[in-house]
Amino acid sequence: MAEVRATHDRRAASTDQAPAAHPLMPLEVHGVGFAAGGKQIIDNVSFTIRGGARTVILGPNGSGKSLLLRLLHGLLAPASGRISWAGLSPARARRRQGMVFQRPVMLRRSTLANLTHALAVHGMPRAQRREQARRALAVAGLEDRARQPARTLSGGEQQRLAIARAWALEPEVLLLDEPTANLDPEATAAIEALVRAVEARGTRIIMTTHDIGQARRLATEVMFLHRGRLLEHDAAHAFFAGPATPAAASFIGGGLPL
Amino acid sequence: MNDFSAAFAMAAQLVLSLDPELVEIVLLSLYVSLSSVALAALFGLPLGATVGMLRFPGRRAVIVMMNALMGLPPVVVGLVVYMLLSRAGPLGEFGLLFTPTAMIIAQFILVAPIVSALSRQVVEDLHEEYGEHLRSLDAGPLDSVATLLWDGRFRLLTAVLAGFGRAIAEVGAVLIVGGNILHHTRVMTTTIALETSKGNLALALALGMILIVLAAAVNAAASILAGMGERQHG
Repeated sequence: MAEVRATHDRRAASTDQAPAAHPLMPLEVHGVGFAAGGKQIIDNVSFTIRGGARTVILGPNGSGKSLLLRLLHGLLAPASGRISWAGLSPARARRRQGMVFQRPVMLRRSTLANLTHALAVHGMPRAQRREQARRALAVAGLEDRARQPARTLSGGEQQRLAIARAWALEPEVLLLDEPTANLDPEATAAIEALVRAVEARGTRIIMTTHDIGQARRLATEVMFLHRGRLLEHDAAHAFFAGPATPAAASFIGGGLPL
Repeated sequence: MNDFSAAFAMAAQLVLSLDPELVEIVLLSLYVSLSSVALAALFGLPLGATVGMLRFPGRRAVIVMMNALMGLPPVVVGLVVYMLLSRAGPLGEFGLLFTPTAMIIAQFILVAPIVSALSRQVVEDLHEEYGEHLRSLDAGPLDSVATLLWDGRFRLLTAVLAGFGRAIAEVGAVLIVGGNILHHTRVMTTTIALETSKGNLALALALGMILIVLAAAVNAAASILAGMGERQHG
């Protein structure tokens, strides 16, 4: 319990600082590889990212984006290489991050209870949970859904709840895996607005997408992943103005990067 | 045919007049079966949840054994408990043979594997779905088990009801370790067996009717619960 309280104290202190101060940055990835079933899914990926940007990991389906995010979050261990969040291992840094999965995990509880459960697991005292959960509902525009069973929400609402649930934990870094896959344009717009709102509070955003339009709208920094290899890593405007590799050029141009 | 309808009439009479002997037997049945199921739930739910959630060497074998134990023949359980509790047996000094406690022990052995095996399946399915989210939250084992048990509550209650259905309808084990002693260890099923062989069909039928109503009620409760869970949470 002492450790939990210490985490919250540190958070309280960090919110007073300028958004540019990201204690979990830089994220340093060195020669990371991961194979499953005899297939190299992530192949010798290295990069460093720092604070103050929205990083979009872009690539076609099957390029290894989701897996890379899970490696960064410490849900899987790399077969080779090293990942360091400001010197911390992914497992140690996990408590200071939020993760939103492509198919959001909705507990069989009300919308509100999905939020208070996450806060309780993170050790927030009972008296503060409800208030924090209400704030998160307001951020996600789900106030009138508080008592509704979470699994009866629409796809877009479920994804907003998942982001609100991560937001409520006041993470320093938010990892999002294809947050708008299978959503209609209206729901997608709501999610993108929510992601910006989370970032405005000083949370570092790292997300994956295969949607080039979304990458153009959200990214300040693009990492182009193709067949498990990191082909490009550049500022968004530079990447979209002149991709350096044929695969990226083909993908941006609407072709299939075979 | 006349005998038959007369027996029915007398049986209805016994039930409607709340015949003291009948009530005593029904209450003892409920006491024994509810106690054994409560103990089995206390033991089986955490065990099922643990096996459903954790990955450890030999897990496959544990699951196979849990599933196999669901089909234990009641008379064999009765025989084993009888031998353990009899004067000469290892637990003979407690003098439990032919007491309701002995019957609770025997039914516990029959019901615990049912509750464990069914709840293992429930928790494993849920863990498949929740596992990454719980790990992302850095949830400890206790938080995780609590989350899975609570979110599986409707299906877990169904597992417990299945155990109760087994206990209340079972005759072999309670007959052997209880001895079917009047005013002491006589429950519905053992009474039905005895009174039928004595030709006293009225009491047997009355108890049979109550037993059927109870079994139907348990099944109805189980499907209502499952429906509630499905409707509320999908």
